[in-house]
Amino acid sequence: MSRYFTDEHEWIDVEGEIATVGITDYAQEQLGDIVFVELPAEGTSFEKGDDAAVVESVKAASDVYAPISGEVIETNGALEDEPALVNSDAEEDGWFFKLRIADASELDGLMNEAAYKKFVAAL
Amino acid sequence: MSGNDDIAHIEEELPLQALPLDAWHRARGARMVGFAGYHMPIQYEGIMAEHAWTREHAGLFDVSHMGQLSFSGEGVDEALEHLLPSDIKGLKPFRQRYSMLLDEEGGILDDLMVSRLGGDAFDGADIYMVVNGATKYDDIGWMIEHLPDEVVMNHMDEQALLALQGPEAGEALASLIPETADLLFMQSGPFTWRGVPLWISRSGYTGEDGFEISVPAGDVALLADALCELPQVKPIGLGARDSLRLEAGLPLYGHDLTPAVSTIGADLGFAIQKRRREEGGFIGHARVMKELADGPGSKRVGLKIEGRLPAREGAAIYAGGVLVGEVTSGGFAPTVGAPIAMGWVSLPHAGLDEALEIEVRGKRIAATVAPMPFVPHRYRRKA
Repeated sequence: MSRYFTDEHEWIDVEGEIATVGITDYAQEQLGDIVFVELPAEGTSFEKGDDAAVVESVKAASDVYAPISGEVIETNGALEDEPALVNSDAEEDGWFFKLRIADASELDGLMNEAAYKKFVAAL
Repeated sequence: MSGNDDIAHIEEELPLQALPLDAWHRARGARMVGFAGYHMPIQYEGIMAEHAWTREHAGLFDVSHMGQLSFSGEGVDEALEHLLPSDIKGLKPFRQRYSMLLDEEGGILDDLMVSRLGGDAFDGADIYMVVNGATKYDDIGWMIEHLPDEVVMNHMDEQALLALQGPEAGEALASLIPETADLLFMQSGPFTWRGVPLWISRSGYTGEDGFEISVPAGDVALLADALCELPQVKPIGLGARDSLRLEAGLPLYGHDLTPAVSTIGADLGFAIQKRRREEGGFIGHARVMKELADGPGSKRVGLKIEGRLPAREGAAIYAGGVLVGEVTSGGFAPTVGAPIAMGWVSLPHAGLDEALEIEVRGKRIAATVAPMPFVPHRYRRKA
């Protein structure tokens, strides 16, 4: 399994043709207390960059983009009852949705963990 | 991800100024944002935790961005009664009142607190006023234009302002300044702490018991330190200030109140005492009288929202297929444990328990007109 990161502060775990998507620990820290996560419907197809989910913190709503193109095959139902999972465990249990990858070449431009750490440190 | 945090984007073109406690906030790990032209702390440990702390203990808020004004001179009461719809002549020394500035059409230019000073506080001035930070320079311009030459207005920008709010605020402040224990809600007075002159009122913007403390800017860090050393007190950011005031049903100027809306529609008629309604003589009186007689076209109401999806400022409010209003403040209410909102709704649909719908990202969510406050006020009205 490989993990990729985007400059929009999302992480993507790739296993075969399935990608699991969430927001990074840095992102949840910036958003503050998360009170609601709006997830896409299973079966929705996204182009890279489409609005895919919305995270509502106490103070504001923020869009989460599809980091790569694909079809939603599963969403994290646990976030419905416990949106704060995104705060407590953003990069594991607080995942958002799984995509069937449409075009694996879109992963090429993304960062690995070391590159993302460097990216965040420079912000 | 892209945020649309409106607090962070206000006036971003102008260079932000530093408040007297800027370094103090940063040293305590505050996340700073631009608000009302200043760098201000939006949160320290997190909005939910800070909100809960204030409801259970006491929170210290830096509100030094607000405008502190003093008025003195011949005919000051008459002059202010021309500008404000509230009873100023009947305002006794050391008493405070909620009021507002209205334009010629009765639109709200700002909301404010006005109190009568006493003794030699603020160089012996007669009246003390606290106005919103984002509007203070416009307010000053408006008042200069409408005040007679005999009345002297002083913008006391050398004063900082702290708010100490919460059920343990009384006990906390009394441990530093025992005489403050005698203040009741909307009373104020001069106090001294380690030789520093303070003007303290028992009031605030959270619905809890608490105080607002005017202190010379050079002494504010010492006082903030002394307060935060108390076991009851933690510093609280603007984020929790907003969620606390929303639960308390208190309007936020620039959002719930604007020049486009009126006092009566805003349900703030309590700020216009009987004599002022009858006698008039203040800017905007005609609109007030008309709306008292005929009712306003729309009203500021509280909205209880079904489910967990927050409705934010700008969301459209519907009754069936008809657009009947707009959300002006909204978010998750930590003490209520659900999303709540404040909005303006046209009159036939603004009654209590009216079933409405709010559109959020193309979806309709169910909402009900609800009484405010959402969380009961706990002011100290009796000794």
